[in-house]
Amino acid sequence: MPEKRTEKIEHYVAPLDETPLHATDNVAEDVQPLSLWAEAWRNLRKQPLFIISTILIVLIVFVALFPGVFTQTPPNQNCLLANSDGDPVPGHPMGFTLQGCDVFSRIIYGTQASLTVGIFATLGALIIGGTLGAIAGFYGGWLDSVIARLGDVFFALPLILGAIIIMQLPFFRENRNVWTVVITLTVFGWPQIARITRGAVLSVRNADFVTAARSLGVSRPAALVRHVIPNSLAPVIVVATVNLGIFIVAEATLSFLGIGLPPDVMSWGNDISSAQVSLRSNPSTLLWPAAALSVTVLSFIMLGDALRDALDPKARKR
Amino acid sequence: MTWYIIRRFLQMIPVFFGATFLVYFLVFSLPGDPIQALFGDRPVNEAVAAQLREQYNLDEPFLVQYFLYLKNLVTFNLGNDFSGRPVAEVLVQIFPVTIRLAILALIFEAVFGIIFGVVAGLRKGKLFDGTVLVASLIVIAIPIFVLGFVMQFVVGVKLGWAKPTVGGDAGWLDLILPAIVLGLVSFAYVLRLTRTSIIENMHADYVRTATAKGLSRQRVVVVHILRNSMIPVVTFLGADLGALMGGAIVTEGIFNVPGVGQRLYQSVLRGEGPTIVSIVSVLVMVYILANLLVDVLYAWLDPRIRYA
Amino acid sequence: MTVINEVNSNEPLLEVRDLAISFTTSTGEVQAVKDAHLTVMPGETVAIVGESGSGKSTTALAAIGLLPGNGRVSGGRITFAGEDLTGASSKRIVELRGSSIGMVPQDPMSNLNPVWKIGFQVRETLKANGLPAGPSDVAKVLAEAGLPDAERRARQFPHEFSGGMRQRALIAIGLSCRPRLLIADEPTSALDVTVQRQILDHLETMTAELGTAVLLITHDLGLAAERARKVVVMYKGRVVESGPAHAILTNPRHPYTKRLVEAAPSLASRRIQSAKAAGIETGELLAPAEASAETADNVIEVSNLTKVFKLRGGFGKTTNFKAVDDVSFAIKRGTTTAVVGESGSGKSTVARMVLNLEDPTSGKIRFDGVDMGSLKGKELLAFRRRVQPIFQDPYGSLDPMYNIFRTIEEPLRVHNIGDKKSREAKVRRLLDQVALPASVMRRFPNELSGGQRQRIAIARALALDPEVVICDEAVSALDVLVQDQILNLLADLQHELGLSYLFITHDLAVVRQIADHVCVMEKGRVVEAGTTDAVFDEPGQEYTRALLAAIPGSSLELPPEVA
Repeated sequence: MPEKRTEKIEHYVAPLDETPLHATDNVAEDVQPLSLWAEAWRNLRKQPLFIISTILIVLIVFVALFPGVFTQTPPNQNCLLANSDGDPVPGHPMGFTLQGCDVFSRIIYGTQASLTVGIFATLGALIIGGTLGAIAGFYGGWLDSVIARLGDVFFALPLILGAIIIMQLPFFRENRNVWTVVITLTVFGWPQIARITRGAVLSVRNADFVTAARSLGVSRPAALVRHVIPNSLAPVIVVATVNLGIFIVAEATLSFLGIGLPPDVMSWGNDISSAQVSLRSNPSTLLWPAAALSVTVLSFIMLGDALRDALDPKARKR
Repeated sequence: MTWYIIRRFLQMIPVFFGATFLVYFLVFSLPGDPIQALFGDRPVNEAVAAQLREQYNLDEPFLVQYFLYLKNLVTFNLGNDFSGRPVAEVLVQIFPVTIRLAILALIFEAVFGIIFGVVAGLRKGKLFDGTVLVASLIVIAIPIFVLGFVMQFVVGVKLGWAKPTVGGDAGWLDLILPAIVLGLVSFAYVLRLTRTSIIENMHADYVRTATAKGLSRQRVVVVHILRNSMIPVVTFLGADLGALMGGAIVTEGIFNVPGVGQRLYQSVLRGEGPTIVSIVSVLVMVYILANLLVDVLYAWLDPRIRYA
Repeated sequence: MTVINEVNSNEPLLEVRDLAISFTTSTGEVQAVKDAHLTVMPGETVAIVGESGSGKSTTALAAIGLLPGNGRVSGGRITFAGEDLTGASSKRIVELRGSSIGMVPQDPMSNLNPVWKIGFQVRETLKANGLPAGPSDVAKVLAEAGLPDAERRARQFPHEFSGGMRQRALIAIGLSCRPRLLIADEPTSALDVTVQRQILDHLETMTAELGTAVLLITHDLGLAAERARKVVVMYKGRVVESGPAHAILTNPRHPYTKRLVEAAPSLASRRIQSAKAAGIETGELLAPAEASAETADNVIEVSNLTKVFKLRGGFGKTTNFKAVDDVSFAIKRGTTTAVVGESGSGKSTVARMVLNLEDPTSGKIRFDGVDMGSLKGKELLAFRRRVQPIFQDPYGSLDPMYNIFRTIEEPLRVHNIGDKKSREAKVRRLLDQVALPASVMRRFPNELSGGQRQRIAIARALALDPEVVICDEAVSALDVLVQDQILNLLADLQHELGLSYLFITHDLAVVRQIADHVCVMEKGRVVEAGTTDAVFDEPGQEYTRALLAAIPGSSLELPPEVA
C-alpha cells in the first residue's frame, strides 16, 4: 500500500494452549467404514416416508402372492345378483359389485395383475432403456445420435396414443392378457429410462476414476461395467421406482379405455372401469379399488422420493 | 437464435418421419391382414375394404405405401370414417374444442403449479410445503379417470357448480371442470418440479451475489430465483402436451366433450381402425410442432442455449 | 471528528470482536468460528489467510449477513463504522449491502446470473442503492473495472465473457456503489496466474483511488503479504496470529503460521534458492540432483507432437483447432520434467497423449526407444503398467463405490498379479509407502480428505511398479500444507524408487519446488524449455517472464536472513 500510516499495527499471537496445532491431514482411525450404499441405507432408515412406503409395498407384494390368506370369499363364484350393489354386511366389509360379487375379495385378487404389469413393464423398460442409454452415453458418436433419435421417435408418440394403436392390432387384440399390456408399456416406457441412463453415464464417463482405470489397463467394456454403471445406477433406480407406480396407473387407464387387460382378468383397472355405471348409486364399488390402486402407486412414488433424497449425488460429495 | 431454431427444426424432421413411420409400420406390417385390422371385430365390408385399399395404396410396395400415406397426411386427405364422412372434415369441426380444453388445462397447471411450487420452495420444510408435497403425490397416484368420475360426481352432480357433461358447442366456461381434471396430474408435476428448481436456485452463487449487491429479498426472488427456475418447468410443459393429449381421450370421454379425444375414444370403442390411425397421426404432428414452439420459448428463457 | 457513521481515519471501519459462528447440521451444532477478532481501518487492506474450513470466508460473510441458512452468529460483535451489525435489523443490513459494504465473490463462472445481460446486473445494483442507472452510468462502472468497449459489453450475456472479464464485471458490481469496505473472497483463485495478477493490480489501484478498505480472503500467504498491510491467520475457526504482513512473514510466532510460511510454495522457491546460496543441501525439497547429471538416458521422448481437434461450428462447419502444436521434450530417467502453462495451453492434452488415452494427430512418443503408436493389444497393456497417472481432482479420481482396498488392488487384479494373499500384502505395503495406516483399507473415498485421497491415488499408481508417473495438476486442488506434504512424499518416492515424473501444472511455484526440467507451453506450443534453474533465473521469453512475475509474493522483497 502506497500510503504512509503512523499508527502501529499490533502483532497478535493466540495463546498456544487455546489453539493447539494438529498434525496435517491425519486419519481418524476409529471410524467404521461406510460405503455409499450403507450411508444411503443409514439415511433411509430414519425417513418416515421410506418406512411407510416399504411396509406398504411388502404388504402389497404379500397380498399379490398369497391372496387366499386375506380373504376366504372366492372373488368370482357365489356372485348373487340379489346382492347387486349391496351395502357392506358382516364378512363382506366393502359391499358388493353390480354383479353381486364381493368387492373386498376382488380387490385382494386383483392385486396380482396390477403389480405384475407394473413390475414387468418396469423391468422391460429398464433392460431395454438402460442398455441402450448406457451404450449411447458411454460410446457416444453416431451410436448416441441414432439411439437419441430413436428415443425421440417413441417420445413423439404419447403413451396412450401409442397404446391405442398397438392394442387395436389384431395380434394384440386377439391375445389380450397381462403380457400384451406389459409389452405395450415397455415399448413406450423405455425412452425415458434411456434418457436418464444416458445422462447419468455421460456425467460419470469422463470422471477421472474412469480415465485412471483405463490407464491401468482396464478395457472399455470392463470400465463401463465395473465403474461407470455402478456409479450411474442411483438416478435410474429412482426413476424406475416412480415409473413402476406410473405404469400401474397407465394399465388402469388402458383397461378403462377397454384396450388394457381383458375383462375376465381381475384387476383394479377393470373393476374401476366396470363400476362407473353404478357410480351414482353405489360409489364405494368404484372408490375401494381406486383407493387400493392409489395407495399402491403412492407407495412406489414415495419410495422413489425417499430414494432420491438418500441417493442425491449432490449430497454424496463431502 | 435463428440458427438454433433452424437446427431444432432440422432435428424435428427425422423425428416426424420416424414417428409417422412407426404408426404406419405398426398398423400395416405386423402379422395379420391390415384390412381386417382396420375393421377390428366387425365383419369386413367389401365395398369399404376396396376403398381402404385405395386409400392406403395397399397394392403398392410398403415404402411407397408409406410415402403416399405421408402425402395424404400433410395434404390433410385423411379418408372417410365408417359412416362415410371425411375424417378431415370431422377434425376441423372438433379440433377447436380440444384446443380450448388444452389451453385451459395448460393455464391451470402452469399458473397454479408454479404459484404453489414457488411458495412451497421458498418455505421449504414448513407446514405448507409438507402438505402440498403429500397432496401432490396423492394426485399423481390417482388415475385420471377416477379423478374425473369423482369431480364429475361431486362438483357436477352433488354441488351443481358445473355441468357434469358438456356436450353441444362446449364453450369456455363449460370446459373449466374438464380442464381442471385434465390438468390436475400435470399440475402436481409442475408444482414439484418448480419447488425443486426453486430450492436448487436459492443456493446458487449468483443469488448470494445478488443479495450482496443490496437488492431487496423480493427482487432477488423474482428476478434471480424465479426466472432461472422456470427453465426446467417450461421444458416439462412442452413434453407434457403429449400426456395432455392422452388424458384428453379419457377426460373428454367422461365429460362428453365433443372433441378430438372423445372422437378417438369412440373410434377405439367401435374399433374404427382408419379413423384411429388418421387422428393419431395428426396428433403426433401437432405434438412435434408444439415442441418446436416450446424450444423457441426455452431459447428465450435461457440465453446460453441460443449459442450452443 | 466524532460524527457517527462518518469516516474517521483513526476509528476502525470494521471491527470484529470475540465472534462465534455456529452451524446446525444433522449431527448437531458445529462451531465454525470461535473468538475471532480483526480490525479494518478506513482505506486499509487486510487479508485473512487460512486453509479451507478455517472459517475465513464465514467470518467475512457474517459481516454482511450472508451466512448460509443453517448458520448463525452465536456470540461476539461485528461493528461497522460504529454501528453494531450483529443486532441490526435485516432492513438495515439490506441498506448497507452494496452501498456501504460491497462483495467480490470467488468463482466468476457461477456468480453472474446466466440469464441476464451484464449491463442489467450492473444496473440493478445501481438502482437498488439509489444511484443513477442510465446506460452511460453502467458503461462507466464497467469501464472503470477495466472492461474495454464497455457499452457493447454491457449488452452481452455472462457466457460470452471469459473468466477474467467476468471477474472484472463482478469487481465493477462490487465497487459500483462506492462502498467503504469491499469483501473480496478469493477473488482470483479460479483464474490463470497472469490474469490473476492483472485483476488484483487493477483492484488495488481502484480501491486506493476510491479510498475503499478491502478485506481480502485468500489461502495464499504470499498473495496476502503482497497485497495487504495487515494479515490475519485463521486456523480451525480461530485467529491464531495477526499483525503487519511483513512481520508475519519474516517472524511468524504461532507454530501454525510458521508451518504455513515454510510450506507456501510461492515463498519456498526463494528459500531454496537462498539456502543453496548458503551452500545447504535441501534434498528434501529438491528432486535428487545427481540423476539429472548422469547420461542422457531418456525414458520418454516426445517429438513433434501435434493434436488437432475438429470443432463443430454453426451451420455444420467444422474448424480445426490445434490444441498441441509441434511439441518436443524428453524425460530423463529418475528426474522430474514439468510442463507449465495456463488453461488452454494444451498441457493436459499432452498428458493424455503420453498416457495413450488420446491419439496424436502427428508426431511420435517413444517410451524406452519404442514408438507407442505401434503398440497394440498385449504390448499396449504392458506399456500401461509402466506409465501411471495421478489426476487433479482428489474427489473425482477414486471410484466412490470401491473401498480403498479394491481401489489399490484393481490394477493388480487387471494384470493378474499374485494371488489374493500376496495382493493384500502388496496393498498394505503401498499404503505404508504413502504413509497411511492399513486401517483405511476397508474405508471408502468419501470418508477421506482430499490429501488422503490423493495419497490413495498415488498408491494405486504405484501398485504396478511403474517407471513413469504422470501428475496432471496432482496437487493443485489441495491446501497449502497438504500440498507440501504430498510434494515431499512424491520427492521421497522418487528418491526411493527411482521414478520419473511428468508434472503437468499451472503453478510455477510448485515447479520450482519439484522439477528438474521445465517446458513452458503457450497456446499449444512450447515457448521455452530448459533446466528449472535456467528458466527461473534467466527466462528467455516475455511470456515466461510474465508467468514468473505473476507468482503471488514474487514481488516481495524479503531480507536474505529469512531463510
